[in-house]
Amino acid sequence: MTAVLDAPMTAPAPAGLPRETALALYRAMVLGRAFDTTATTFTRQGRLAVYPSSRGQEACQVAPVLALRPTDWVFPTYRESVALLTRGIAPVEVLTLFRGDRHCGYDPRAHRAAPQCTPLATQCLHAAGLADAARTAGDDLVALAFVGDGATSEGDFHEAVNYAAVRRAPVVFLVQNNQYAISVPLAKQTAARTLADKAAGYGAAGVRVDGNDAPAVHRAVAEAAERARAGGGPTLVEAVTYRMEAHTNADDDTRYRPREEIASWARKDPVARLERLLLADGTLDEAAAAAVADEADGLSRTLRRDFETPPTCDPAEMFRHVYRHPPHRLRAQAAALAGELAGAGDGERADGEQTDGEQEEGS
Amino acid sequence: MTAGTVSAAPRGAAVTLAGALNSALRDALRADDDVVVFGEDVAVLGGVFRVTDGLAREFGDDRCFDTPLAESAIVGTAIGMAMYGRRPVIEMQFDAFAYPAFEQLVSHVAKFRARTRGALPLPLTVRIPYGGGIGGVEHHSDSSEVYYMATPGLTVVAPATVADAYSMLRRSIESDDPVIFLEPKRLYWQKESVGLPVDTGPLGWAAVRRSGTDATLIAHGPAVPVALQAAEAAAADGLSLEVVDLRTLAPFDEETVCASVRRTGRAVVVHEAHGFAGPGAEVAATVTERCFYHLEAPVLRVTGYDVPYPPPLVERHYLPGVARILDAVGRLEWPARRTAAA
Repeated sequence: MTAVLDAPMTAPAPAGLPRETALALYRAMVLGRAFDTTATTFTRQGRLAVYPSSRGQEACQVAPVLALRPTDWVFPTYRESVALLTRGIAPVEVLTLFRGDRHCGYDPRAHRAAPQCTPLATQCLHAAGLADAARTAGDDLVALAFVGDGATSEGDFHEAVNYAAVRRAPVVFLVQNNQYAISVPLAKQTAARTLADKAAGYGAAGVRVDGNDAPAVHRAVAEAAERARAGGGPTLVEAVTYRMEAHTNADDDTRYRPREEIASWARKDPVARLERLLLADGTLDEAAAAAVADEADGLSRTLRRDFETPPTCDPAEMFRHVYRHPPHRLRAQAAALAGELAGAGDGERADGEQTDGEQEEGS
Repeated sequence: MTAGTVSAAPRGAAVTLAGALNSALRDALRADDDVVVFGEDVAVLGGVFRVTDGLAREFGDDRCFDTPLAESAIVGTAIGMAMYGRRPVIEMQFDAFAYPAFEQLVSHVAKFRARTRGALPLPLTVRIPYGGGIGGVEHHSDSSEVYYMATPGLTVVAPATVADAYSMLRRSIESDDPVIFLEPKRLYWQKESVGLPVDTGPLGWAAVRRSGTDATLIAHGPAVPVALQAAEAAAADGLSLEVVDLRTLAPFDEETVCASVRRTGRAVVVHEAHGFAGPGAEVAATVTERCFYHLEAPVLRVTGYDVPYPPPLVERHYLPGVARILDAVGRLEWPARRTAAA
């Protein structure tokens, strides 16, 4: 284990957590694990083109969402499937991006969840801008941007934390430090002692929390959100965790990390850990745990059933929302494609345009 | 006259293009509380070209503010503000300094409406002073329009007159789609007698700036006055040149352009940007596709050379001028009786 990982946590686990919150964390993490396992199965069956697993990061994804209010906004990356599920988005809508029928399966406005973002760290700026607009409007919402350890090397991450700190925008930057950016370990991303340390350079608050300890993540994010709402500006929360699966199903992680390392993190599994904790302190009993397990089985069953029906894709939709009023060229191209699909059009002409030449040739 | 009364100027008062843009921003801020103006040096200084002069004073720090010096942040936070319901009008200080924001523009600004199927349209305006001819040092004179024109989802406008500068900026800010608003630096101080406010019509339409019968010059932005000078010079030689100002580059008004070329039978596209894969390539290709049987000659282009923008002391040799336009016109396959005249 590297020196970076040995740095101390600055947000220790809380002594107590309201029973309802603890049970909500547990339920959402168990559901998230079931969802993630089912999605990974879909990749093996060819039903998903690609899927970046959240396995091992459930505490980092569930706890922040449950620590926020419904009026707050979340800005997820492509790996935040379990966070989006916890936000209340239907499982099949969470997976739409990866199934490939649409770029975003849910209504971002209805859930106050931005589309899953694949260009790294760019969403951090969207969060900062939305939060800043809310601040000037006297609206006490908070924006939470999920970001990975690798993306903290991107320029937009720096620009976003700096902007939010200067403008005192109510943002929580939740860095899931899962140790790898695909294959590149954290030691090659940064010479900083911790990622949380970076906050100091921006004049922002920075905390480092055990990302496999759901109550600790919950408290760290709740405190950061409270500080942001009170005008205290942004917080960079580094949640130290581990990506249990390869980057995606298309990745081969045997090329860059030893199996013993994965096994050592398996012993820190966040779902099993919370379950042990809650059973030990009496928050959870076997019957309640069984009920949650049943609910998780139901979620998987429903998701599998939903995936039995192939998605309906309307190719014409690609033209529909490019501009509010599609310009002439797009209308012509849409008409040409419609002609192709109807088998009646001239498939060789890309723009569907009546050219001057053809008009004259016919005359 | 105080800055606040510019838009109430009497009809026919002389106003600069920069002043008209300033009035448009002021009037937009007055008309809609959701309009916010931000960027580098736009508040206290009023912008390096003074286009935002006085706005922070009149509307306060929440409506017009200076950001950290970070172009990707300016565009990226504008996206978040638009998601919240604002109508951001942001300034990239110079053409070449917009490049750090390229990812935000191409991957997000252009695509947000499409990838959310209309749920999150982005009504934001990105003002970019562009082009050369002002003696700027390196990286201050790029004609960068083609990067944006090549990106579906962006509307790209390039006014060339004072009235259009005012009207098209108001229309851009009112648009529910993101607009790249290209300001011709070397025309900032050009004056016209225009009563403000003025409305020159919706975005997306070209304008015939000078009627002619023998050939069509198609230009935009800072090349428009040069094309008009060329038409004036040609008239002295007995050639009647029509000048079409594209005004909006993406989507561009094929109908007006093609109608003109069908009348005249000859066309030259003029712009300051590089010729190779430049904005004129699309115009020339479209004209050729749609007007082939009306053309008496190949469509020619008069453009900047395919080199990095040169140092200021030699930029006059780079910029397309009247002589090069007339030379191209002379090569438009005229019948023998015309050759001498051209």
